Amino acid sequence: MNNISFDKLDKAFENRVRLQIMSVLVANERYDFNSLKDLLNITDGNLASHLKALEKEEYIMVHKSFLGRKPNTNYEATINGKQAFKEHLNTLEQLIKLQKHI
Amino acid sequence: MEEKELQNELASIRSIMERSSKFISLSGLSGILAGVYALIGAAVVYYFFYPELIISRNSTGNPSISDNEPVTGLFYGGSYAFHIPQLLIIAIIVLAASIITAVILSTRQAKRKGQPMWGKTSRTLLFQMAIPLIAGGAFILLHIYRGHYGLIAPSTLIFYGLSLVSASTFTFTDVKYLGLIEIALGLVAACYPGAGLLFWAIGFGVLHIIYGCMMYLKYDK
Repeated sequence: MNNISFDKLDKAFENRVRLQIMSVLVANERYDFNSLKDLLNITDGNLASHLKALEKEEYIMVHKSFLGRKPNTNYEATINGKQAFKEHLNTLEQLIKLQKHI
Repeated sequence: MEEKELQNELASIRSIMERSSKFISLSGLSGILAGVYALIGAAVVYYFFYPELIISRNSTGNPSISDNEPVTGLFYGGSYAFHIPQLLIIAIIVLAASIITAVILSTRQAKRKGQPMWGKTSRTLLFQMAIPLIAGGAFILLHIYRGHYGLIAPSTLIFYGLSLVSASTFTFTDVKYLGLIEIALGLVAACYPGAGLLFWAIGFGVLHIIYGCMMYLKYDK
């Protein structure tokens, strides 16, 4: 029974950074690359690869624009992404409850 | 996963959601100090300009505020109008000292909480505060320019309160209640045109000290 619950945890959020990115995008309408990098305190390459992965799952949308001559990339959570995040949190909560009963 | 690990996971999610959307590094201590500076400023004004006021009143032989001279001053009567440059200088010194203290202490706090001092959240916070403050500042300068001093103190309290309410979405929610109290105090002050200095001392001095203490105990640790 325990295992069934663990299976419900979203594989896309197994990585901590991805879960953190999703948390930010659920709490904010949009967030830009540099602010995300400052907040999570990780390198460009690391952040970019995790963003790519979430984009591939279609959990986030990318908006590219220019601020003057500098490229400015913003990210936004999709409806699917928000739903998946919510379910992931619910599962985490259930797991905690379950373990308290043992 | 252990239970503790799961709890940590949830806690870290909650913390990152808050840190990403709110500037939670506002220092309570800087609120207390801002209140102290405001009280010192008010005391300086009271002790250096108030006696003159009494004398000017006695010379007219009519100490009541219902004489033919309209009530325009910050405290009572028109004699404060002659001191507008000095009063502005004191106000600017108090404001500058408060801002510098807030920046220094919040930078320290931001470092401790792992939040950039000049990032998305602090920029949004300042922008939200700036709209009512700039509108109010222009409005008050127009009043000074026209020689209407009666509503300056109430206006500063009202516009400052509005800026706090508008900024509160992007920092601790408690700030909203401070803003609402400042607005109410400004409206009350508008009913007592002579007592501007007193309401200023309450609004910028006493309230900041009380609120600063509450924020310090709640969040500065």
